[in-house]
Amino acid sequence: MARTVTTQRKIVTTLVAWGIGLLIFFPILWTILTSFKTEAQAIADPPVWFFFDWTLENYRVVQERSNYSRFLWNSIIIAGGSTLLGMIVAIPAAWSMAFVPSAQTKNILLWMLSTKMLPAVGVLYPIYLIFIQLGLLDTRVGLTIVLMLINLPIMVWMLYTYFKEIPGEILEAARMDGAGLREEILFVLTPMAIPGIASTILLNIILAWNEAFWTLNLTAARAAPLTAFIASYSSPEGLFYAKLSAASTMAIAPILILGWFSQKQLVRGLTFGAVK
Amino acid sequence: MSTKASRSAARLMLAPAVILLLGWMLVPLTLTLIFSFQRFLPMRGGFQGWVGFENYVRFVTSSAFWPSVQATVVIVGGVLLITVTLGILLAILLDQPMWGQGVVRILVIAPFFVMPTVSGLVWKNMFMDPNNGLLSHLWRFFGADPIIWLSDASMLSIILIVSWQWLPFATLILLTAIQSLDSEQLEAAEMDGAPILSRFWHIILPHLSRAITIVILIQTIFLLAIFAEIFVTTQGSFGTRTLTYLIFQRVLESQNVGLGSAGGIYAVILANIFALFLMRIVGKNLDR
Repeated sequence: MARTVTTQRKIVTTLVAWGIGLLIFFPILWTILTSFKTEAQAIADPPVWFFFDWTLENYRVVQERSNYSRFLWNSIIIAGGSTLLGMIVAIPAAWSMAFVPSAQTKNILLWMLSTKMLPAVGVLYPIYLIFIQLGLLDTRVGLTIVLMLINLPIMVWMLYTYFKEIPGEILEAARMDGAGLREEILFVLTPMAIPGIASTILLNIILAWNEAFWTLNLTAARAAPLTAFIASYSSPEGLFYAKLSAASTMAIAPILILGWFSQKQLVRGLTFGAVK
Repeated sequence: MSTKASRSAARLMLAPAVILLLGWMLVPLTLTLIFSFQRFLPMRGGFQGWVGFENYVRFVTSSAFWPSVQATVVIVGGVLLITVTLGILLAILLDQPMWGQGVVRILVIAPFFVMPTVSGLVWKNMFMDPNNGLLSHLWRFFGADPIIWLSDASMLSIILIVSWQWLPFATLILLTAIQSLDSEQLEAAEMDGAPILSRFWHIILPHLSRAITIVILIQTIFLLAIFAEIFVTTQGSFGTRTLTYLIFQRVLESQNVGLGSAGGIYAVILANIFALFLMRIVGKNLDR
């Protein structure tokens, strides 16, 4: 039975919640608004809110001056590639642990989790050195591999918790009907696993897109994704707020939209199934 | 019921993930361990002999060490305090009936999806800049002298920026946990005339304790490693040089790999202490 609430209380709750929500969202809103202003309007005091001459100039300048699309492309390749590669490795691993558990399954899962806890800075130089030796420094391939490895534990865990929810009886029934391993995976498991797989892909694209330790330390000019591109604005010349805003808006917009679809999955993925 | 064939197939499917992660963990970690016992300066003569535990001693006795521990503790502690407290309050608020709940939730969660370099730079320039930042406009509007945030209140600034990024995470997890609370129990307490505060202490908070523990542990592990937010704002100056940032500077900026590697091993040990607690909770959950 739902609690009965007075309309008055609901109005107050709504106002307070919206106020706080807008306050938290404000820096993002302000960035988006500023990206459509001129540089002079961007620093105006008192600030201009909505009534200014909206312009797309900043977006044009950012693209022309810094070749934004190349960074965007790097981000897409690295985030997409690492997720895809990771899934190829993670799906079979999670499948086997969920449906053919052994005495070691729990230990293996926890050990995988522990690799995620390894502080990146502790292995920074060895990775840097290995990258130089293998010619992977400042390449998309190198970064794709590193991001795949750091997110692999989350992918395996998330898939594992989803696969665990698929009832085992269905698999047994399929086996009784004479389905081989291949048929079992293709026709029984896959359709039921697709939502979980999609969620895992979504969350990992977000995590890889926003990763900002390895992407800053292992790239220079060629393979730098958007995280590194934005970081180049930390030592700017002249007025740059509107351009920074335009660049930032372009960098976060795709992931903001993806993120809104993945709220629930976020909880599951980042708490390793401990909170559902 | 699994056959022998499916067992060996399962092992085969698990193997790539295990081998990759094993390599990812063991190879670099072993190298870091080896470097930590060397005098190794790639830009100034390279390998210069084995030095035993000298790097470990030098790392903790250097003048930069304790301030960095202090900075780390203050930032991690401050962010945890803010995100967990506000997270609990926000989760309770968002659980109440209201109009447009979905939209509010989206607004609250949004900062989590902003990449760290963007949130660092947007806060640094558009809000905390002493001349043109929005906060300085606000201060002047009320006739006050603007704060030079990132130098005069550097720690507070970093804590604010990082809290803004992590509040959504805490809120979302605590909200998920609250929603699993039996509303009949709360109702009964409300009927019995239990005041709001006592309902909070005796029903909501105990129910949330596990979720709060998880939030604290996971955030601690991620917060110990924050890097980009400092990299694009203070670069570790004005007392914001955390342990992670100090190690980064030793390894890549001053290229004292031996010393930095010893620091790295300390960081690994530190993270593992928290990871052990987290894994115990997660492990218990697996048994259910």
